[in-house]
Amino acid sequence: MTQVPEMLKNPIFVALALIVLLLFAGEMLSPGFASPTQIMRLLIVAALLGIVAAGQNLVILGGREGIDLSVGGVVSLAAIIAGNLMDGQNAGIPLAILGCIAAGAIIGLINGVGVTLMRIPPLVMTLGMLGVLQGLLVVIRQGIPSGRAAPGLSQFVTKPILLGLPGIIWLWVLIGLFLAFLLSRTVYGHRIYAIGSNEQAARMAGVPVAAIRISLFALSGVFASIAGICLIGYSGSSFANVGEQYMLPSIIAVVFGGTLLAGGKGGYTGTMAGAMMLTVLQGILTTVNIDESGRQMIFGATLLLLMLFYGRGKAMRA
Amino acid sequence: MMVDAVAKPPRQPGALKRFIERYPFVPALVIMLVLLALNGIWQPRSVSLVGITGLIKTYMALMLLAVAQTYVVYAGDIDLSAGAIVSLVNVVIVAIMAAMGDSGASVFTAMAAGLAVGLACGIVNGLVVAAFRLQAIVATFATSIFFTGLALWVMPVAGTPAPATFWRTYGGRILEIPFVFWAAIVLAVILYVLSRTRHSLQLLAVGDDAQGAYQSGLRVTAIRIRGYAFCGLFAALAAFCITGDTASGDPLVGGKMTLYSVAAVVLGGTALAGGYGTVVGSVFGALIIGLINSLVYFVGTPSEWQNLVQGLAILVALVAGILIGRRARA
Repeated sequence: MTQVPEMLKNPIFVALALIVLLLFAGEMLSPGFASPTQIMRLLIVAALLGIVAAGQNLVILGGREGIDLSVGGVVSLAAIIAGNLMDGQNAGIPLAILGCIAAGAIIGLINGVGVTLMRIPPLVMTLGMLGVLQGLLVVIRQGIPSGRAAPGLSQFVTKPILLGLPGIIWLWVLIGLFLAFLLSRTVYGHRIYAIGSNEQAARMAGVPVAAIRISLFALSGVFASIAGICLIGYSGSSFANVGEQYMLPSIIAVVFGGTLLAGGKGGYTGTMAGAMMLTVLQGILTTVNIDESGRQMIFGATLLLLMLFYGRGKAMRA
Repeated sequence: MMVDAVAKPPRQPGALKRFIERYPFVPALVIMLVLLALNGIWQPRSVSLVGITGLIKTYMALMLLAVAQTYVVYAGDIDLSAGAIVSLVNVVIVAIMAAMGDSGASVFTAMAAGLAVGLACGIVNGLVVAAFRLQAIVATFATSIFFTGLALWVMPVAGTPAPATFWRTYGGRILEIPFVFWAAIVLAVILYVLSRTRHSLQLLAVGDDAQGAYQSGLRVTAIRIRGYAFCGLFAALAAFCITGDTASGDPLVGGKMTLYSVAAVVLGGTALAGGYGTVVGSVFGALIIGLINSLVYFVGTPSEWQNLVQGLAILVALVAGILIGRRARA
């Protein structure tokens, strides 16, 4: 076996290379796929997934089987709350943002408290929370209409505002820069890696493990709610369980970005590339003219194939 | 929390503690009986023979899928494609029965094919997770997309009816005893036999300490693949029950069941980390979910609030079960 070049082991490089390759393949299959307008559309969709994956990424980095299955429910909930608080009026935007972020933070806090203080496994806690949120959505939907996005918000998400790029992409870039700074340059960021790679050692070193883990879940709720607000800006109005499509893809984006599900290793830059890659792949599959069944089979098989590049477990050795 | 690193003084565990440690499903059994009693208080007919038959008829599929999920959780893995396997087997057997007509031979051929499909799906999952060493949670999500695609290929839209022989048998009686009770008895025997074989023990050993299991000579990869194979087979059985209950094919019927099967496993006292648990607990866990759903209905919750109350009750049951189980083992 020849030595694998170091570059091919870098998940960010692999993801970017695959994105270029996929765009190229898409252009071959259907001319116009890689046109600037199309790429912009894909970027907007990727930004929605990427923002959800930001919170997912933090929770996963924090270790102890960290995972947040409730993000999809939070996205749906935020979309409907935002729709109603705005109801098509620009004046309602600040209140909508505030309300959604508060709701997301509270849900995340409850998840975090369950996971840390009551020591419920994250998968179980957030799975239970997902069930509660789905029930809550049914209640909310019975009482009030789904609401509409304010024109200002729709413009922010879909229309270019600066250098030809829409606001949501700038928002995504800002989140990316913020998280890159947070994870690599702040004490808080270093502590996330510390509790993710060796919680016991971190605790001995005086890291407030529980507080940090609770804050990670709260941030996950906040990021999911931001995505929910942007989602209603993108689609105009919300429909039942719009957020469900983000639950597991947000985890896959994190994995494709090179973050270990075991925690303690990885970062958000790769996740952004992972979200972009997933979106381009789905974009190609919706462009080519095949049945839904064939599309799903190809999507599933491609995901499996791509996973072979990332963080495979170690073989057993005696 | 700081005491984790310090050796605890040896302590003589109480009789109750040892009992629960030996039988991890006991908290689930107690919760289930309490829920059953509450159901009976609010709706006496629900604990009659007809009521219980209906409950088992509706939740047999979830019980079987929870059992399926348990075998992979034993080894510390998870299968997020379990519901997709149910969908696939459901459409495969309905398509075969629709093609072969309404006869006994058709039903048996379809069921044999269904078991083969379930087994094949399980082995694919096992290979992907254990042999290729992909992470179970994302890899089985990817296979679930693939299996759903296959199900849509077999039957693009829901609605093909299952032949009457099939669902009449499932909903009917044999020797005056409802068919589902016979099925439950057969299931109990199979689960008992399986729990006495080395298969369960080996899966638990791998889940408890894969490295240790490997070093003591267990073929860890093969054992994990076998866990997924069991999962596929029991998912196929769950699909038979769904088909008997709904009497039709639907390429998306099982999708929602996956997360409930995980919840049922946890409710049953099995540790998601692997190495500790029972299949019978998962059966109780599935019944707990069913009894919560019916209780919420019987107490007269307005229909739009039912999902929320069910969700909250399941969350509380999950948390309570874990806290009780931990206290018992601490």
